Amino acid sequence: MISKRIIPCLDVKDGRVVKGVNFKALGDVASPVELARYYSAVGADELVFYDITASAEGRALFTDILAETAKQVFIPLTVGGGINSTADFERVLSNGADKVSVNSGAIRNPSLVSEAARLYGNQCVVISADVKRVGGVFKVFAKGGREETELEAVSWIRRCVDDGAGEVVLNSIDTDGIKRGFDLEMLDAVCSAVNVPVIASGGAGSIADFITLFKTLPKVDAGLAASVFHFGEVSIPELKRAMADNGIPARTI
Amino acid sequence: MIAIIDYGVGNLFSLKSSFAAIGEDAVVTGDVKGMQAADRLILPGVGAFGDASEKLFKSGLAGEIELETANGKPLLGICLGMQLLFEKSLEYGEHTGLGLLQGKVVPMRGIVPSTLKIPQIGWNALKFVKPSPLFKNIDDGAYVYFVHSYFASECGDSLIAFTEYGADISAAVQKDNVFGCQFHPEKSGDVGLKILKAFCEV
Repeated sequence: MISKRIIPCLDVKDGRVVKGVNFKALGDVASPVELARYYSAVGADELVFYDITASAEGRALFTDILAETAKQVFIPLTVGGGINSTADFERVLSNGADKVSVNSGAIRNPSLVSEAARLYGNQCVVISADVKRVGGVFKVFAKGGREETELEAVSWIRRCVDDGAGEVVLNSIDTDGIKRGFDLEMLDAVCSAVNVPVIASGGAGSIADFITLFKTLPKVDAGLAASVFHFGEVSIPELKRAMADNGIPARTI
Repeated sequence: MIAIIDYGVGNLFSLKSSFAAIGEDAVVTGDVKGMQAADRLILPGVGAFGDASEKLFKSGLAGEIELETANGKPLLGICLGMQLLFEKSLEYGEHTGLGLLQGKVVPMRGIVPSTLKIPQIGWNALKFVKPSPLFKNIDDGAYVYFVHSYFASECGDSLIAFTEYGADISAAVQKDNVFGCQFHPEKSGDVGLKILKAFCEV
């Protein structure tokens, strides 16, 4: 049976992991390459590199680091952040990315998803949406969750999937950073609307939150988180064992 | 030396890197001489079967693959590269493959339950059907990474492993010196690298 994926996300700025990471085993680590190797070794199923650099120099550095990581880490790598054109797809795919996640770029350029899917295949294109409840409606936010758009989230995501997005990352702004569990209601709405893999993001605070996610919503394919992994609040080997103990298909190594 | 056959389909970055990581010399080549100089061949591939087989036949590389494998050179097809080893595919019409293995490539839709998502994307367990030198360094049940919507059916004796995705889906095949993996060993962590290493030692 296909396993549920556990995906750490690394925010990278100017070549370093933002805020750094503190592992008992590693001490302070800010090298994306080193962290990626660590996560791969402890059983992460996939990695997301999120480029939050603003400058051209930073972007070139990010691309170099991506290539260096892909030379050493042999699990799927998804790259997001600053993807606004098919040229951006080309830049990261030719440097070792397997999938490319688009967010604000797809909102600004409504043909980006379909163009990229045609050029690189649906399996390469991930639609990532930052979503928040506004007056009882799931609304899409752009620019890292700072700017409200006119888009209703479920119809927007369904449209992107119809255009060729092969996976969805749903990040709930409402639960993000709260560490009291994933946004099950929002995830359920999206899972019911699309038939491609859905990756849950925002709200994980403990192993129990992942167990609840996969038990409550069997249609969710993967759980993504950042700080709970980086700060050792959730250990990936322990999480995988807990999943297996609860009858959730998990890849253990 | 290993030749990774470049016929304009797919991204070869990770494949090349994975051989470097296991200390094997691999070159990416799109010509017959490069294939002749190598002692092993890798046939990669991502995308649609019809487009890929057309490129392979028009470039003359298909004929060279048939010649080299007939002379005993080991070949490993990966993902679409595995599917191309078969006689034909029913992906968007009917297309001819290399015919090195008996069987045909068919859509998973209609065979796996409609509740399952297609493509299959993610890590799934290998179920060994019979021993193969490809598996000498890994255990039955090891997880590998799949991304695909079609699979080889009616493989007969060549099936060496399948995976369970609502149905038994062919995952790896072998007939003498011709090998194929539906999954991506170059994206399957240590297990994948061990499979590639085993191929380098057949």
